[in-house]
Amino acid sequence: MADLSVNFAGIRAPNPFWLASAPPTNSGAQIHRAFEYGWGGAVWKTIGAPVLNISNRYGGLTLGGQRLLAINNVELISDRPLEVNLREIAEIKRLWPDRALIVSAMVDADPAAWREIVMQIEDTGADGIELNYGCPQGMSERGMGAAVGQVPEMCQLNTYWVTSVTRLPVIVKLTPNVTRITDPAHAALAGGAHALSLINTINSVMKVDLDTLLVTPSIGGQATHGGYAGPAVKPIALHMLSELMCDPTVRKSGVPICGMGGIQTWRDAAEFLLLGASALQVCTAAMHYGYRIVEDFIDGLSNWMDDKGFASIPEVTGRSLPQMSSFGGLDLGYQAVARIDPDKCIRCDLCYVACNDTAHQCIDLYSPEGVRVNPGFDIRDGGKHVADGRPRPVIREPDCVGCALCANVCPVDGCIEMVSVPSGRPSVTWDELTATRPAVTQEWGAMEAYREEAGIEIH
Amino acid sequence: MERSSPVVPESEVYHFQEALPPLTAHEATAEANRCLYCYDAPCMQACPTHIDIPTFIRKISTGNLRGSGRVILEANFLGATCARVCPVQELCEGACVLGKDHEPIQIGRLQRYATDHIFDRGLQVFTPSPPTGRSVAVVGSGPAGISASAELAKLGHQVTLFEKRELGGGLSTYGIIGLREPVEVSLREVEAVQNLGVEVRTGVELTDREGLDVLLSQYDAVFLALGLGAVPALGVPGEEAVLDGLAVIEASKVEPWRLKVGPLALGQRVVVIGAGNTAIDAATVGRRHGAEVEIVYRRTENEMTAYRHEYEFALHEGVGFTFLTQPIGVEVEGGRVIGLRCVRMGLGHPDASGRPRPEPVPGSEFVIPCDTVIAAIGQEKPALAVDLGLALEKGYICVDDGLQTSEPRVYAGGDCIRVRGSASTVMAVQDGKLAAASIHAMLGAAPAAAD
Ligand SMILES: Cc1cc2nc3c(=O)[nH]c(=O)nc-3n(C[C@H](O)[C@H](O)[C@H](O)COP(=O)(O)OP(=O)(O)OC[C@H]3O[C@@H](n4cnc5c(N)ncnc54)[C@H](O)[C@@H]3O)c2cc1C
Ligand SMILES: Cc1cc2nc3c(=O)[nH]c(=O)nc-3n(C[C@H](O)[C@H](O)[C@H](O)COP(=O)(O)O)c2cc1C
Ligand code: SF4
Ligand code: SF4
Ligand code: SF4
Repeated sequence: MADLSVNFAGIRAPNPFWLASAPPTNSGAQIHRAFEYGWGGAVWKTIGAPVLNISNRYGGLTLGGQRLLAINNVELISDRPLEVNLREIAEIKRLWPDRALIVSAMVDADPAAWREIVMQIEDTGADGIELNYGCPQGMSERGMGAAVGQVPEMCQLNTYWVTSVTRLPVIVKLTPNVTRITDPAHAALAGGAHALSLINTINSVMKVDLDTLLVTPSIGGQATHGGYAGPAVKPIALHMLSELMCDPTVRKSGVPICGMGGIQTWRDAAEFLLLGASALQVCTAAMHYGYRIVEDFIDGLSNWMDDKGFASIPEVTGRSLPQMSSFGGLDLGYQAVARIDPDKCIRCDLCYVACNDTAHQCIDLYSPEGVRVNPGFDIRDGGKHVADGRPRPVIREPDCVGCALCANVCPVDGCIEMVSVPSGRPSVTWDELTATRPAVTQEWGAMEAYREEAGIEIH
Repeated sequence: MERSSPVVPESEVYHFQEALPPLTAHEATAEANRCLYCYDAPCMQACPTHIDIPTFIRKISTGNLRGSGRVILEANFLGATCARVCPVQELCEGACVLGKDHEPIQIGRLQRYATDHIFDRGLQVFTPSPPTGRSVAVVGSGPAGISASAELAKLGHQVTLFEKRELGGGLSTYGIIGLREPVEVSLREVEAVQNLGVEVRTGVELTDREGLDVLLSQYDAVFLALGLGAVPALGVPGEEAVLDGLAVIEASKVEPWRLKVGPLALGQRVVVIGAGNTAIDAATVGRRHGAEVEIVYRRTENEMTAYRHEYEFALHEGVGFTFLTQPIGVEVEGGRVIGLRCVRMGLGHPDASGRPRPEPVPGSEFVIPCDTVIAAIGQEKPALAVDLGLALEKGYICVDDGLQTSEPRVYAGGDCIRVRGSASTVMAVQDGKLAAASIHAMLGAAPAAAD
């Protein structure tokens, strides 16, 4: 059995699955229940300045009948009195000494205000502090949340105010609502952060109701942007995570990163770990299905690690990172082509139409007799047997550019595979090529000359 | 059209309500989202009317139900009937790619969902083209007749639809059991064709060649969609006491009380002769009526012409089957049926149909006690075809690829031309479309009869 325990910037937990600071961590009673279900840790719903929450708060994204692919919220931080939260935090920590209990906080950009709350948090016995520089609505207008996270100088200064007064590990939670995620990350490190976490929610307008024409969520007929989270944001979160993990400054600092944004199953979790996360946080999936989902998170991850021969979380962390590169570092000589497994193919012809309409027109249809045919049918024909005479798609490999569109549209797992084939082209990266032949980036003539020389045909 | 006496008394309705409930909006959306939206889809090729199935299903998934219904009705004006009666396992659903390793899409039920949306709201999806000044007479208001009328009306031709019976709709109204299709569905399709400007004249029968000549003098073209005749005679002693399976089914739909009193009254022990889809239907009516029902068939399960799913449905309904048994006489006592005399059969060499020929086992006679015998051994060929003086093929009206008969300006389609393959509603609908296209092409070429 793999060891799932983690030591994240000194914060220990029996497993890497922590509830993110959000509605699932709003009260002591909730977190108590969550810990009973097996969550390894929790980041308390952000505490700080007095706020009032409004009704209603959430918009949901439905796609193809699948509900809550993302949630969009116009919620603020905890609206429960500070004292109540602090008392409950202390109580939970006392009851659950082995779990990670981290307190998320946000106050005015004022060293005294930060100092005050840090002291109160320390008194609870919590394991760490997470600085919420991400709240994209409501708080940012008051100079907190994203208003801090989006301005590196503010981010550094606020972080410093905290790290200089506390003995607890300080995690800076980054907002994705920036052009370059490394800027606030550097600022946080400069401010003394012991760890980073990301992503907070993304600015979004969820939808417009076609019956009422109201923007959703509609708050008494008015609407505003809200924070976007859930399965749909995972690729963005993975990107930002890998950006940080590949960034020299972040690497050199050695701070761990807690990954979140769209984790819905243990599989998503494993991806975050492979791209460098050392611990994980989950919000929307718990809001969708309840705390119980953690059971499969733990079980699934553990079984997968056993299958792969990973004994501990640090062995998984960052395993896939070495593959991350920039466009300029990719091999221009590499060639893949799509290959269809005729036995798996169910003849939906989606690959055909995709390649023919929007890729490189290199899939042909062949009748069972081996004759190349066009789509279409005899209108006098009908009946179940037409399935037997249905043509099958065949890829004309020399014309396939290997874009992988077909493999992405094919509804059958493993039916179309992208296989690498010898290209006969020199193995060279764009960076290498342009270093030796700067002209190819400047003139089409030079580019064509190179292509001819390298035997690259474009159709 | 006059709708005469209300057809089914309240108390009887439940016996014959549609077996499958309509899909809920949630079920329909979930099922529609499962469809892959195949390109050049096999389901669409397998449908004899070539409804653009992926497109109509996609429209259900996007919540465009009116658009979805229109896609269906454009290709098949009787899409609501076909959604219920088509042997989908043999057609569209049988060809669905998802059937390869999983469940095919429930195309029939989705089609019903979309067409119900149109009919339940009384939506008008088609408008006739400007009048062409040409007129067509259609004889017979079954699926073939309605389909042709609708297509011709959409093209702007003046159509008169003649129907000998009281209600329009042909076998959809009178022959398909209510478990599969309620009468209302069929009548709504008759109404829909009237809404396109087609004049439906019920209670008018074409009886002879003279009548056809009258039609030819009044109309630019005639489309014959006569269907087939009654159940043929068994040719056994006691025949008079045998009930006609089609009449029993018809009564179950439009006048269920007739199964209780009078000449069509069903007893408690019913034997049905035949093993096609009509026999299954008649047997089902008997079961729903509360009788014990036994189907008697002279060959075995393997040779039955009923579809597999129909056979299974009958078993599920509690219908018994006695195979390799040939009826040879009806035992009647005091004017009441008391049994069906039968002989056991063995299977011999294959006959012309390629199926083993059943042969009587000598000395194996026995009597199945019963109080009702129903014959459901197919339908007679249209007798009128002979009187009309048209060329015939094996007793059916002979037509060319464009569904023209041996007589110019006279076309025919539906069951009355079905020399090959088994008759079905959807094929009749397709015939109607093909005939309308031929007639339209012919009318375009010929000068108008009256300007
Ligand atoms: C019991 C039974 C169950 C069936 N179940 C199914 C099923 O589940 N699925 C399926 O696809 N198919 C089924 N069929 C077959 C299907 O009903 C027929 O194939 C289809 O109705 C044929 O349509 P049609 O228009 O050719 O003829 P019909 O539906 O028979 O219509 C012919 C019409 O013409 C009228 N007519 C005839 N002669 C004249 C005349 N001289 N003058 C005026 N009017 C005239 C008749 O009254 C009738 O209304 C079933 C058939 C039967 C008998
Ligand atoms: C309704 C809601 C409220 C949230 N409130 C907070 C908050 O108070 N503090 C905070 O740091 N993040 C908050 N978040 C962000 C989450 O902690 C988390 O970063 C984000 O939802 C991405 O994770 P997910 O995709 O698993 O939901 C909130 C998210 C949601 C959906
Ligand atoms: S990889 Fe791209 S070009 Fe090649 S067959 Fe697939 S869709 Fe066409
Ligand atoms: S998309 Fe996949 S299953 Fe469909 S035809 Fe192409 S290879 Fe076959
Ligand atoms: S074959 Fe099946 S999956 Fe494909 S379009 Fe038709 S119904 Fe949809």
